[in-house]
Amino acid sequence: MSSSLADADRSDEAAIRFSGVHKWYGSFHVLRNINLTVGRGERIVVCGPSGSGKSTLIRCVNRLEEHQRGSIVVDGVELTDDIKRIDEVRREVGMVFQNFNLFPHLSILENCTLAPIWVRKMPRGEAEELASKLLARVRILNQAHKYPGQLSGGQQQRAAIARALCMTPKIMLFDEPTSSLDPEMVKEVLDTMSELAQEGMTMIVVTHEMGFARQVADRIVFMDLGEIVEVNAPLPFFQHPQHERTKLFLSQILHIRH
Amino acid sequence: MDPARAKRSSWLNDQRVRGLAYQILLLAVIATLASGAIYNAVVNMRARGVPMGFGFWNDVAGFDINLHLINYSNLSTYGRAFWVGFLNTLLIGIICIPLATLLGFVIGVARLSPNWLLSRFALVYTSVMRNTPLLLLLLFWYNAVLKSLPGPRQSISIGDVVFLNNRGLYLPMPVARDSAVWFLGTVVAAIVSAVGFHVWARWRQDRTGAQMPTVLVAAALIPGLSAIVTAVAGAPFGFDLARLSGFNLKGGLQIIPEMAALVFGLVTFTAAFIAEIVRAGVLAVPFGQNEAAGALGLHRGLSMRLVVIPQAMRLITPPLTSQYLNIVKNSSLAVFIGYPDLVQIFAGTVLNQTQAAVQVMAITMAVYLVISLTVATALNAFNARYALNGR
Amino acid sequence: MSLASLAYVREAPEPEEAPPILSSGALAWARANLFSSIGSSFVTIGCVALIAYLLPQLAAWATTRAIWSASDGAVCRQHQDGACWAFVITKWDYLRFGSYPAAERWRVNVAEAIGAALIIWLLWINAPRRVWAAFLFFVVYPILALILLRGSSWFGLPIVDTQLWGGIFVSLLTAVVGIVFSLPLGVLLALGRRSPLPAIRLASVLFIEFVRGVPFITILFMANNLLPLFVPETWTPDRLLRPLAGIVIFSAAYMAEEVRGGLQSLGRGQYEAAMALGLSYARMTALVVLPQALSLVIPGIVNNFIGLFMDTTLISVVGATDFLEAMNNAIKDPIWAGPTIMVTGYVFAGIFYFVFCFGMARYSAHIERVLAKGRK
Repeated sequence: MSSSLADADRSDEAAIRFSGVHKWYGSFHVLRNINLTVGRGERIVVCGPSGSGKSTLIRCVNRLEEHQRGSIVVDGVELTDDIKRIDEVRREVGMVFQNFNLFPHLSILENCTLAPIWVRKMPRGEAEELASKLLARVRILNQAHKYPGQLSGGQQQRAAIARALCMTPKIMLFDEPTSSLDPEMVKEVLDTMSELAQEGMTMIVVTHEMGFARQVADRIVFMDLGEIVEVNAPLPFFQHPQHERTKLFLSQILHIRH
Repeated sequence: MDPARAKRSSWLNDQRVRGLAYQILLLAVIATLASGAIYNAVVNMRARGVPMGFGFWNDVAGFDINLHLINYSNLSTYGRAFWVGFLNTLLIGIICIPLATLLGFVIGVARLSPNWLLSRFALVYTSVMRNTPLLLLLLFWYNAVLKSLPGPRQSISIGDVVFLNNRGLYLPMPVARDSAVWFLGTVVAAIVSAVGFHVWARWRQDRTGAQMPTVLVAAALIPGLSAIVTAVAGAPFGFDLARLSGFNLKGGLQIIPEMAALVFGLVTFTAAFIAEIVRAGVLAVPFGQNEAAGALGLHRGLSMRLVVIPQAMRLITPPLTSQYLNIVKNSSLAVFIGYPDLVQIFAGTVLNQTQAAVQVMAITMAVYLVISLTVATALNAFNARYALNGR
Repeated sequence: MSLASLAYVREAPEPEEAPPILSSGALAWARANLFSSIGSSFVTIGCVALIAYLLPQLAAWATTRAIWSASDGAVCRQHQDGACWAFVITKWDYLRFGSYPAAERWRVNVAEAIGAALIIWLLWINAPRRVWAAFLFFVVYPILALILLRGSSWFGLPIVDTQLWGGIFVSLLTAVVGIVFSLPLGVLLALGRRSPLPAIRLASVLFIEFVRGVPFITILFMANNLLPLFVPETWTPDRLLRPLAGIVIFSAAYMAEEVRGGLQSLGRGQYEAAMALGLSYARMTALVVLPQALSLVIPGIVNNFIGLFMDTTLISVVGATDFLEAMNNAIKDPIWAGPTIMVTGYVFAGIFYFVFCFGMARYSAHIERVLAKGRK
């Protein structure tokens, strides 16, 4: 654990670096002066009240959203309007959405092999082998030939994780991955994510699941009203929150969770 | 309540008995009305001397038709007139459906364009067309535009090859020459090779992952080979041009103004509806699909091709087919501008002359019903196979 | 490296700033929507050029160069570069009422005013006692309108033969009659199509698919030619009644499909709750199912009305004089002969239909939004 934190300090090996990042929606200042460095193999959990900009933050990492000021460097590549760079970044960054966004007209296997075949130019046999391996790892190999509509929510989200992993990304982004799931399926997805974390994947997870944050995160980033308010390791974050807003947020959310 | 009475009333209240009673009642009402109608019809038809069989089919028609795809003269039978009208209706369908689809997709894509001006232009087009009666459009094109054109002697000419006057639109008529066979053979061979190349490229991609530009190859192959053959063997088609002869233009391919107005009106009208269908279909694909495809590293073109358009096409196909049927049904407006389609010839002239209203209407409606039901059945089969299994 | 150096606590809040110039406001909008790429810029320039060329020409044709008053076509023949609105203005009474006698035209206006009031009452979401409005509109109004328009010796109103009726009056009449009678019929057909009783279901399906499968003109021909044959000689149906019957039959089939969509989207839960409460089929349908289903399909019904209004142009094929036919007749008047007359007439008719139909379409979209909000 401590070695990965040390790595995070060597700037040229940072996985993601936000420097002075601002974003506006129209005239609404949604990200304010974001400065954050994510080290390789580091697991970051971003939390905060709704409207705090946390989803916007991670969507800027793979350019699903554009920032207007400051710089974002992902895996050594700076994100600008340059399409080639954006595509480069997207190949190395995987994303899991709140609404799964599986392709309904393709089977689960085809969902997973689509990008490897068309973007990494893999032969079909190789792609299917890789996909089968990853589907087995998230324990839905027996659903490989079914269509998304035939799977439960938890199975769909695990399939979405496998799909993202098939591109062998260096960084995984999770945008509220369990918020759309029925309670009994949340655990299976969180377990999958924990296993991924243990294997050393660099992860940024936006979530309300504080139990997961406590167990898995290296650092927790608390955002409110578009700015980063407090960053700390899980233990000090939960037990000794410093900022007033952090204390308020934790009192609301942990009260509910009890 | 004593058991006997309970048993009786419960029999009356039995759902199945009631259901049966309602149905018998309905059938009785329909049967009464139908028999009354038929009785009256027979009496009235006898009184007016209207023929009651289908014998009129073989009687001489005695009228001319200015567009006939099969041989027809005023000595042909009413039956032949029916076929002429039927073929003319099909002709309109065959010409208008691809044109309307093409124009509709273009305008639909324009509606979806990120360029605000282009999207607004397309919006103005679809709003105007969808809120104007088709008949008004047809009358406008026919009366105000085509009929106001100058006579044959003052025809508007485009490059001395295409002529426009109040008798119609005159296009060059292709006339096959000797090398036509070679030309057609080469085109077929080029198409087959392009398809073959595509299949081979897919197979290769599956094995090695490498991709080949099949569309470009096809685009180069077909015109390329055709050009080579033309250069070597000589032009495959000559053109018969319209030329002034006396008071009229002779030769060339003449499109009568009635047909031009009908085609133009139907295509521009239906394209507006198709554009909205295309737009609705593409917009109905959730935006998350674009994002997921982008997040996987697929650039915009691939994302469109592999993820968005396949889903959109499944949503577009049923209403699109409905519009195709509307084109066939709306072609019956030909009766207002004198284009000789099935309704105009058969339910119009033939009905007036023979007074055999029941028979004529029955046949006419049967034709349209067969077309509609055939298409509907095909569409249901398509839906059963391709509809997305959703929750 | 200690953990503490990676922790961070905010000292002061970030000030809110205005967005950079190029990323919001009018310039940013222009950059994103008009000039986002080279191709887009060309398209923008082309469109602007087109507008700059066409718009002044069209505006001038319609306004500054147009002839607004004249007593015959001579002035319009002399000035052929502008619209001949004088023609429309002079012919307005005929275009509005057809050949309805001038002294009796007040009856048409009254009938239309009452109809409009009832429709507004019926469609206004928060209006009180809308069930009364429905009863008045569907039951009382048709009889009242018939007496007013046709005339009756009992009420001292001279009879006006339907052959004299024409123009916008007939177009509106046809569309409203179409809706008034096709909606109840359509509801019956929709219920019939969903009925578990096979004979009723079959009859409904046959009717609906037959009518939807053939062109409207053939229905009109059928009504015009076959209706007199199927009734005894002495009952010869009125010449305007036949296309009206055709319109009702045609519209009912499409209405049935709209209502069926509404019934289907209602969800089994509503039916099951009603049945669990012990409601009979009739009560369940009248009190629970139909009120919800109908309000779901009001936008669809309004769209049907728009389509119907445009379809009324076809009734001239069986000799009725709707607005478009009246315009055609007016154009043929030799006093007004001239090249611009026809174009002016058709453009005016187009504007009329467009304003009416587009207006109703906007209203229908508005209703859809209001209903969607309430439905959550």
